[in-house]
Amino acid sequence: MKILVSIKRVVDYQIRPRPTQDGLDVELSNVKMSINPFDENAVEGAVRLKEAGVASEVVVVAVGTAANQDVLRHALAMGADRAILIETPSVVQPLTAAKYLQAIAQRETPDLVLTGKQAIDDDAAETAQMLAGLLNWSQATFASNIQLADGRATVVREIDGGQETVSLQLPAVISVDLRLNEPRFIKLPALMMAKKKPIETVPAADFAVSAPVLTVLQIAEPPARKPGKILNNVTELVAALRAEKVLP
Amino acid sequence: MSVLVIAELDSHGIKAATRSAIRAASQLGEEVHLLVTGNDVAGIASEATKIEGLSKVLHADGPAYAHGLAENLTPLLVQLAANYSALIAAATSFGKNVLPRAAALLDVAMVSEVIQIINATTFVRPMYAGNINATVVAPAGLRILTIRPTVFEAVAATGGAAALETLTATGETGQTTWVSRDLVELDRPELATARVVISGGRSLGSAEGFKATLTPLADVLGAAIGATRAAVDAGMAPNDSQVGQTGTVVAPELYMAFGVSGAAQHVGGIKDSKVIVAVNIDADAPIFQVADYGLVADLFTVIPELEAALKA
Repeated sequence: MKILVSIKRVVDYQIRPRPTQDGLDVELSNVKMSINPFDENAVEGAVRLKEAGVASEVVVVAVGTAANQDVLRHALAMGADRAILIETPSVVQPLTAAKYLQAIAQRETPDLVLTGKQAIDDDAAETAQMLAGLLNWSQATFASNIQLADGRATVVREIDGGQETVSLQLPAVISVDLRLNEPRFIKLPALMMAKKKPIETVPAADFAVSAPVLTVLQIAEPPARKPGKILNNVTELVAALRAEKVLP
Repeated sequence: MSVLVIAELDSHGIKAATRSAIRAASQLGEEVHLLVTGNDVAGIASEATKIEGLSKVLHADGPAYAHGLAENLTPLLVQLAANYSALIAAATSFGKNVLPRAAALLDVAMVSEVIQIINATTFVRPMYAGNINATVVAPAGLRILTIRPTVFEAVAATGGAAALETLTATGETGQTTWVSRDLVELDRPELATARVVISGGRSLGSAEGFKATLTPLADVLGAAIGATRAAVDAGMAPNDSQVGQTGTVVAPELYMAFGVSGAAQHVGGIKDSKVIVAVNIDADAPIFQVADYGLVADLFTVIPELEAALKA
């Protein structure tokens, strides 16, 4: 069984994002970038399925600029077998990404596509569902448990107020939640080994993909909270919270 | 043209989040229709005609719609889309699951988690866990939106008089089978919807220390317990208690952070809270920049004092 894992390179979760001077984008120059944390769960999930003997090959794919080599290398060090970069001139929106992934899925014919439930930059949570629709495959979003057997995937999904279990016909697209697993810590030997694994680069122009896009008018920080007060003791705090009517 | 809102049902009927989506839809300045799908839900569809602000309720019934599976629902949405200028649902786990699939099939660049409607094509949506707001324009033609239900006040469940129209169901695709659903009955409030959340950072020291320190105060406050990513990574708190950009985004009336430094990813997940309190021994901790009230003090002294004060 082959698993394709889609990953995205995003501003590291520890960094506070800032708008660029022209207010049309988020500042990405000289900012630490990392693999999208939920995508890291997806890579971990795929590698564990391979280690369990359920999957035979794990292929990671990223859609974006040449800089994505570093997150692909990270996924290879985690245990993915090979990597594909669909190289675009800039970061693309979800529908465009889904169409490139559709093209790669049609070429690679995996049994399963895994990806994070959302990317922590645009927070759109759209690409996996869009890809499933374009391929006319089954889908499960926000997965916290995945079991594969007899050509089906049994998936526990995180839903509002609880969990739901669904059984999917393969091939399928599954987006994963934080609760699926804890991604492994990459040790130096794994990093060295990953340097020998192949990364194939495919120019975006090789695929005849076009998709409508949203026009960005403004990227801005939300209105600031009113300035806070430093209090001296618990008595003052309780009085303040009662005055705000958030404590009885 | 009109705007179509996709209803989400639970055991009580139409969810309040759907009525928030109707409020948002009405801001587009066109007639608003509601699509009610499910298995044997004629009663709910007829009840829905009373919802404020609707001119028509469309009702499609069948076992294929029983559990809101995206694979079964999207063919119906694709079929209906030709008659509408916009498809809208609340950004719940249901709306987020279904609408992007429909958007791809309709070749529409959708706008997710809208928090403000500026005009019929211009919307504000949060990015980076609310650290950034983006104002975006959707291309001309069909618009597909999910809206954040907490920022649009739900319309009234009664008082309206919409027409009711029955549609032919599109049927079962057989791709996905629903197995079961477990809604959690917690002995304390759920993190995402709790009125009060108290959370702790790595300075609580250990899993035992974390629990022993925060639980008694949570009991007094009727609060959910959250944790920073660092505390979760250190094994002090369970995975699902992580508050922040990569965990649960919370918006309680009262958020109290104990020994939390205020990393960007954590702050991103709490900034819609009404009142934020920070207790940290380090006066320079970034959490104090977003807190409404701060105490520069040791959490291990503050927490028992707070408990005592609240019990008194």
